[in-house]
Amino acid sequence: MPRYYTQDHEWIDVAGPSDLITGTVGITDYAQGQLGDITYVDLPAPGTVLKKGDAPCVVDSVKAASDVYAPVSGEVTEANGALEGEPELVNTQPETGGWLFRLTLSDVDQLDGLMDRPAYDAYVAGL
Amino acid sequence: MTDNSELEDPELAPETGTLPLDAWHRARRGRMVEFAGYWMPVQYVAEHGGIIAEHLWTRSHAGLFDVSHMGQLFLSGDGVEAALEAVLPIDLATLKPFAPRYSLLLDEDGGVLDDLMVTRWNDGFYLVVNGATKWEDLGHLREHLPDEVTINHLDEHALLALQGPEAFAALERVVTGEYSLSTLTFMKGGRFTLAGHEAWISRSGYTGEDGFEISIAAEAAEAVADLLCAQPEVKPIGLGARDSLRLEAGLPLYGHDLSPETSPIEAGLLFGINKLRRSEGGFLGSGRVLADIANGAPRQRIGLLIEGRQAAREGAAVLSGGREVGVVTSGGFSPSLERPIAMALVEAGIDPASTLEIDVRGKRLTAAITPLPFVPHRYHRGA
Repeated sequence: MPRYYTQDHEWIDVAGPSDLITGTVGITDYAQGQLGDITYVDLPAPGTVLKKGDAPCVVDSVKAASDVYAPVSGEVTEANGALEGEPELVNTQPETGGWLFRLTLSDVDQLDGLMDRPAYDAYVAGL
Repeated sequence: MTDNSELEDPELAPETGTLPLDAWHRARRGRMVEFAGYWMPVQYVAEHGGIIAEHLWTRSHAGLFDVSHMGQLFLSGDGVEAALEAVLPIDLATLKPFAPRYSLLLDEDGGVLDDLMVTRWNDGFYLVVNGATKWEDLGHLREHLPDEVTINHLDEHALLALQGPEAFAALERVVTGEYSLSTLTFMKGGRFTLAGHEAWISRSGYTGEDGFEISIAAEAAEAVADLLCAQPEVKPIGLGARDSLRLEAGLPLYGHDLSPETSPIEAGLLFGINKLRRSEGGFLGSGRVLADIANGAPRQRIGLLIEGRQAAREGAAVLSGGREVGVVTSGGFSPSLERPIAMALVEAGIDPASTLEIDVRGKRLTAAITPLPFVPHRYHRGA
């Protein structure tokens, strides 16, 4: 399951047959470290139609509220309900159990503009 | 191109300053951010680190805060007393030596330029002002004080705050002086020795807890910070928890809850206008302040308990029955109460029992007005 990264520190795992690619979106370990203790996550409702770059999700930390951007366009199919009771999962398991939402991709070509892990690691190292 | 022409380039941002404990914070894995023109630790990356853990540690033990970005000033010279009363709404006849008092720097229109602490020392007055405003404050004071008054910026001094229920036990173990630390009650100060260095210590702070503020020479800062953090009660605490602690304590933060657009009466700071000055006036901005005292201020600072988990931040509109009645000035998650809280500046006359709404990115959060502070103060006022 390939994983892609954005310059805004989201990750997206993609899977599925070529005519129905689904993606799981979260924020990276680097991002959660920058945000600090996460106290609330405002998640998009299933059915929400997103354009790449939309901000369907807000991650609240003690310090500030931060937008999470859609890495690609698509329709939200599911939000991570576990975060309602345990928003700190985004701190403790940012790239696994702390995922944010899932969507079906409407334009798979948009993945071409994203980074793979080595590219993202190099990007973070340069910040 | 010469260096000189570069210096004159208005686009050239001033370089971020470093404070005496910069290396000390970095060695303790403080995450450094730019704040008030300096690199400062927002939180620490350690086993107790993170804003929530640092916050709760301070409420139950003792936290050491580096607040060396704040401006420490010493005012002296002929006529300093009368000159200071012309600028500040303070009654110096009632100001006993070595007892800090909260006061306000106001503009001609009664707007708040800064809030500050004033202490009478033997030969002048020691002022502590906010870091983000200290250069403007210095200019304002120089403009309004006569030439006979000398303003000495104590920029070779560091300022630390030791806050929390165990702050006294930790500090008493290591401090020496002519008198016992226990002689200090809330808002009293004195000279002591710490790690072999002279220290001005007052029992005061910005967390709502018992605690102390400690002014020392910059070269003493590392030794004093090391000594205090070697005590089992004490851990270093960053700016993030400093903000969440002061918010729970209902204490206003300049530039957020206070600004030139706010009058001190609106901000609920009548106590910062000393009693005699409320009737006699005669200080900068007294016209508006006295009018607000006589007629009531058009707005008021209130505390809000927000339902749910989502926080409301500064700038969010406050609504009553769908009508905008004010704005959030500070807001965030309260680690002690485990819920979001906020302070807001709203129209006067709102029923304290009414339910308000806050617009957060188009979403309406429900909020109840609550008396400040959110978390009770635990100052050591003595018998």
